[in-house]
Amino acid sequence: MIKGTGVSPGISIGKAHILKQVEAGFSGIIIQTNEARELEIDKFNQAVVSAIGEIETIRLNTSLDLKPEDMDILDTQVEFLGDPQIAEDVHEKIWQHFRSAHDAVIEVIDAAVEMFLNMDDEYLSARAADLRDVGNRIIRNLNIGSASVDPVFGENTILIAEDLAPSDTIALDTTKVAGFATRLGGRTSHTAIIAKAKGIPAVVACGSEIMNIRNGVTVILDGTTGELILNPGSKLIGVYKAKQETISKEQALLRSLKDLPAITTDGHRLKLYANISNAGELEQVFENGGEGVGLLRTEMLFMGRDSFPSEEEQFNFYKQVAIKSKNRPVIIRTLDIGGDKQLSYFGIPPENNPFLGYRAIRICLDQPQIFFTQLRAILRASVFGTLKIMFPMISNLSEVKQAKECVNQVKLELKSASVDFDRSIGLGIMIEIPGAALITDILAREVDFFSIGTNDLCQYTLAVDRMNSKVSALYNHFDPGILRLINYVTEQAHKQNKPVGLCGEMASDPLAALLLMGMGLDEFSMSPRSIPSIKNILVKNSLAKAREVFKTVMGMDDPETIINYLEEVIK
Amino acid sequence: MISKDYTILSPQGIHARPATALLKLTRHFKSTICLQKEERLVPLRSMLNILALAIQCGDKISVIIDGEDESEAALSIDHFFNDLIKHL
Repeated sequence: MIKGTGVSPGISIGKAHILKQVEAGFSGIIIQTNEARELEIDKFNQAVVSAIGEIETIRLNTSLDLKPEDMDILDTQVEFLGDPQIAEDVHEKIWQHFRSAHDAVIEVIDAAVEMFLNMDDEYLSARAADLRDVGNRIIRNLNIGSASVDPVFGENTILIAEDLAPSDTIALDTTKVAGFATRLGGRTSHTAIIAKAKGIPAVVACGSEIMNIRNGVTVILDGTTGELILNPGSKLIGVYKAKQETISKEQALLRSLKDLPAITTDGHRLKLYANISNAGELEQVFENGGEGVGLLRTEMLFMGRDSFPSEEEQFNFYKQVAIKSKNRPVIIRTLDIGGDKQLSYFGIPPENNPFLGYRAIRICLDQPQIFFTQLRAILRASVFGTLKIMFPMISNLSEVKQAKECVNQVKLELKSASVDFDRSIGLGIMIEIPGAALITDILAREVDFFSIGTNDLCQYTLAVDRMNSKVSALYNHFDPGILRLINYVTEQAHKQNKPVGLCGEMASDPLAALLLMGMGLDEFSMSPRSIPSIKNILVKNSLAKAREVFKTVMGMDDPETIINYLEEVIK
Repeated sequence: MISKDYTILSPQGIHARPATALLKLTRHFKSTICLQKEERLVPLRSMLNILALAIQCGDKISVIIDGEDESEAALSIDHFFNDLIKHL
């Protein structure tokens, strides 16, 4: 058995397919006759044409749902492939140094890679990887001579690789892939993100052993526990098939709830929304019965690139979301970087306490040009759907007023330029800081809605870093201190008829569902896959019971008692 | 022949995205267009050559345009370095 980190839950049983990176070796063949050299040059030119063709195919494949940053990678690759300097150098190697096309490409690309690696510029040295990618693509096309050599997978393939780079996952046909296992990677690696988004079980950080697995070997992959079992006996396969069955039965039941509204037995209706990072995830939201988006994170748009996205890029991103959401509400959170989320091209000087430092709305108000670009893009996109804007990390009234002022300014600019936008776009804030929670009544006068971010609210209220294993046990969203704060926010906001949502992990905790409904929260927003299990609890219970649960819990004095009680209640 | 000088103000210098955009922009002109930084002069048609100049923020560069549609090309290039590059 191989143990890694499970990053996308579920069980898959299938045949291993090892995706090895082609390490092209130098052959040393001498091409002697003029005729043979001309042939080599032709082969190279042909390989470049096929390689460009491959990329064009990827680019035109609408089912891949390519993001602007993917397009950028592909654009750069096409430029390198068609680069006259590279072609000239390769031709010269063939003609004057008697190299084969294969060797000439290796030599030219190696030299260029070397040059980039030696550059005193972090960004440019990183282009070495792009060049290698291009070199490998040409060489693959030289060797095969056919258009595409992307592997074709059989049904139930367990894909095993070092790690999956963006350009791999852009191109691979993953429809038949039942599971991913990689030697490297972590919870936030590209593999993890892709696998989760596609709902395919995945295990990362498996160590070097997995590269020794032979093609075609039967593998059981458990994306929940992070285990890989090689060559399992029929008994073990039986056990896992049964597990698979249970999981899929549960899922089927939950999916049958999909189109039912989240209404309690006594007719109380709740909004179940989803947290997403891009338009591509909307499909999953609707599949799971989500009625809108309670949190569209915009950080992905800014990460994994080398400069701020332009207004056009952002506009297209928001527009896509607006169109695909088919007029269901989408709450867009403005840029929330800082803390643990850094941008390579936007240096935030090291801080002693990044979580108490320069982040989110604080950066946006300090560097309004970043903020204005984002707001303009969102407002322009607002005509395509029902968008709302939400500011993160609000700590006081003045920040809310300043942020609103920025929105107003952008609105005026757009008006004078006769650009259309949603004039009554909703503006809300996140409640993540205890100080803000305690002045909900003051803030409610300025905003249209609230969304409680319980992850940060817990960290800040209980002064505990959940990533620090020595203290993470203190982190508990059932702590009476947290419950009182959430209750206070809800009460105060409702006094002024402002709706309150909750978009932290607590929203997807089945134990919390009745308690939060009893408190009066209007909307829960969670990862799309959590929606059915929460809905399942809500439709089986009544608001009256939830209120009862809420009253009982508020009379309890420690998280353990509360959790035990809640476990009893939903049994 | 037209020669124009620019100071690069985009914080990342000329990286892959602006280089791609510049190549796409100048490709359809008939004139020969070259990019010069210090004593190094490269034809503006190769991604590799442009990136090899390692043009960073604050660098001074010249663009030399020679051919029948040089004034038209110069206008496009002017627009690129004075405006477009800020959004890339």
